[in-house]
Amino acid sequence: MIQGTNTGRAAMKLNERSLAFYATCDAPVDNAGFLHKRGGRGAGSHRRWFVLRGNMLFYFESEASREPLGVILLEGCTVELVDAREEFAFAVRFAGGRSRSYVLAADSQAALEGWVKALSRASFHYLRLVVRELEQQLAAMREGSPANTLSANPNPISNPRPKENGRAVWSALPEQPTAAPKRPPLPPRRRASAPNRPLASFAQLHEHYGREVRALRSQWRGGQAGLAGLEVWHRSSSGGTHTQDQP
Amino acid sequence: MRYNEKELQALSRQPAEMAAELGMRGPKKGSVAKRRLVKLVVNFLFYFRPDEAEPLGALLLERCRVAQEEPGGFSISFVEDLSRKYHFECCSQEQCQEWMEALRRASYEYMRQSLIFYRNEIRKMTGKDPLEQFGISEEARFQLNSLPRDEQTCTGSQLGVLD
Repeated sequence: MIQGTNTGRAAMKLNERSLAFYATCDAPVDNAGFLHKRGGRGAGSHRRWFVLRGNMLFYFESEASREPLGVILLEGCTVELVDAREEFAFAVRFAGGRSRSYVLAADSQAALEGWVKALSRASFHYLRLVVRELEQQLAAMREGSPANTLSANPNPISNPRPKENGRAVWSALPEQPTAAPKRPPLPPRRRASAPNRPLASFAQLHEHYGREVRALRSQWRGGQAGLAGLEVWHRSSSGGTHTQDQP
Repeated sequence: MRYNEKELQALSRQPAEMAAELGMRGPKKGSVAKRRLVKLVVNFLFYFRPDEAEPLGALLLERCRVAQEEPGGFSISFVEDLSRKYHFECCSQEQCQEWMEALRRASYEYMRQSLIFYRNEIRKMTGKDPLEQFGISEEARFQLNSLPRDEQTCTGSQLGVLD
């Protein structure tokens, strides 16, 4: 992976030592296993040990390596099945011209599905989306509860961050739900997906999350301390043209 | 370590949770404070020369410690070597406080802990798992045992901010 830029400037600095420690620390990983990775520019394929942590996909020469060979930041990526010379192949792709795609191949169908699922849900944006949803549900429940004597309102929609005082407030709630807790309004959302859904639906799920991310972002972007003129660049795959239907 | 620099640069152009011009000093001994445009986007802290569009660098904010230094100043260091600090100078203690709070909550790991906390609270109140409607209740990354062991027993009053 070439790191130089056109401008002739030095490559961007990254706290690589900390990254390496994060990659190899004791905490449970989000996924791990061997994958075949194609080298850049049509070079051969190498079997690497991959570790997914948060929104970062690390790869090592071997399972015992103490330092990663490299890392793929997954923010804004789409994950797709590909028709490749390798079996059980999938690609991690990014928006924008000249972005590289990573073509990876698992050792089995089960491993392939596990990786596609894990990588599709790895982004920080996705995690934040789910957290906001739960914050809203919790706030709605508190408002509907007759035993609610608390005055503080966490107001989660305009505040993207979980608040310290919000947490203390919730931990004071009674353990048991009250006699007739009001059902929180369900978001206008998909039904729960069955565990063994056909693989082609992952792209649909991703498309769906992408739409929600965009909707939520425009919702809270008004309250953000962002710089003027910045545009949302994230996009999910538009339409099903990239995916393959599972037979 | 190789990384997809293009995507990281694209991320640095996204709307930021926080952005300001601060004084910044690297961890090397004898480094001088310089004015930098500092932007917090998801779990990365980007820093730019004030007049440039491309970031000079980025810090991944996982397993980091954010600490007050002198009044109006804070530092970021990382668990594997807490003595190696990136120093930041704010224009007021208020701004400093705002940044410290934002940075402490910026990590993916913190966000994950929040999710697990809320999931638990909702489950306690309703008896139902709120992740079921998303079809992700079995997702490994959202289970209690996906947290480091010492944070699995944390009560709701602490979301495992490294200190």
